[in-house]
Amino acid sequence: MESVGSIILYVVVAVSIVVFSVLAVTTRKILRAATYLLFTLFATAVVYFMLDFEFLGAVQIAVYAGGIVVLFVFAILLTSHPGDNSSRLTSKRRLLGLVGALAMLVVTGWTLLSRCALYASKPAMENPDMKQIGQTLMGTGDGQYLLPFEAISVLLLACIIGGVVVARKR
Amino acid sequence: MFCCGLYGFLTRRNMIAMLVSLELMLNAVDMNFVIFNRFLFPGAMEGMMFTLFAIGIAAAETALAIAIIINIFRSVHNIDVRELNQMKF
Repeated sequence: MESVGSIILYVVVAVSIVVFSVLAVTTRKILRAATYLLFTLFATAVVYFMLDFEFLGAVQIAVYAGGIVVLFVFAILLTSHPGDNSSRLTSKRRLLGLVGALAMLVVTGWTLLSRCALYASKPAMENPDMKQIGQTLMGTGDGQYLLPFEAISVLLLACIIGGVVVARKR
Repeated sequence: MFCCGLYGFLTRRNMIAMLVSLELMLNAVDMNFVIFNRFLFPGAMEGMMFTLFAIGIAAAETALAIAIIINIFRSVHNIDVRELNQMKF
């Protein structure tokens, strides 16, 4: 049985995720969209903390809120003039987007509700501690992830070099 | 959240706004992985590991996309996808 406080926290976080993500795609100032995206990412990190994945929440805050949003803000300030709004959308394109999004919402919501997943209680689990995470990340045995880890390091290196080459002045 | 991202990706015509929508969608998928891991397979760490790798790849992809966008802006002084209809400058 969960306590009342955690239920209240869950409701607050869920509502803030929905509201800020709607605002992030509907606001017309692009810098505000980036700020709402930041709030959504923080709320997602809170969800990870509530689900006992502390390491994942910390990674979410560090990488997304610390890295990606700063990149977004720099790119926005480099590529747009302050104070201009995006133009108003044509109704046909807005209608197309709304129909697609609502169809997706109906399908996923119906699937979740038909499985009665809404009232599932949280099964007991102790937090994965740092030693366990490190061994899973760096081990070579069954269910351990050394090869994807190395692949992602090569990918990041290639991304760094590619970013420098693409953004370089000729 | 995924639906919001989908709506934004279909309707926005500024490249950075489309990238924001893309991040929303990626984030929703990550959250699904973590929640299903927590509720269906407590004690296992597959969903968490997948989310970790997804966050890493998302960071790489965003950095590269922003580099490309800045380069396009330097060439044509515009990042509106309606007006990017040529590949050679």
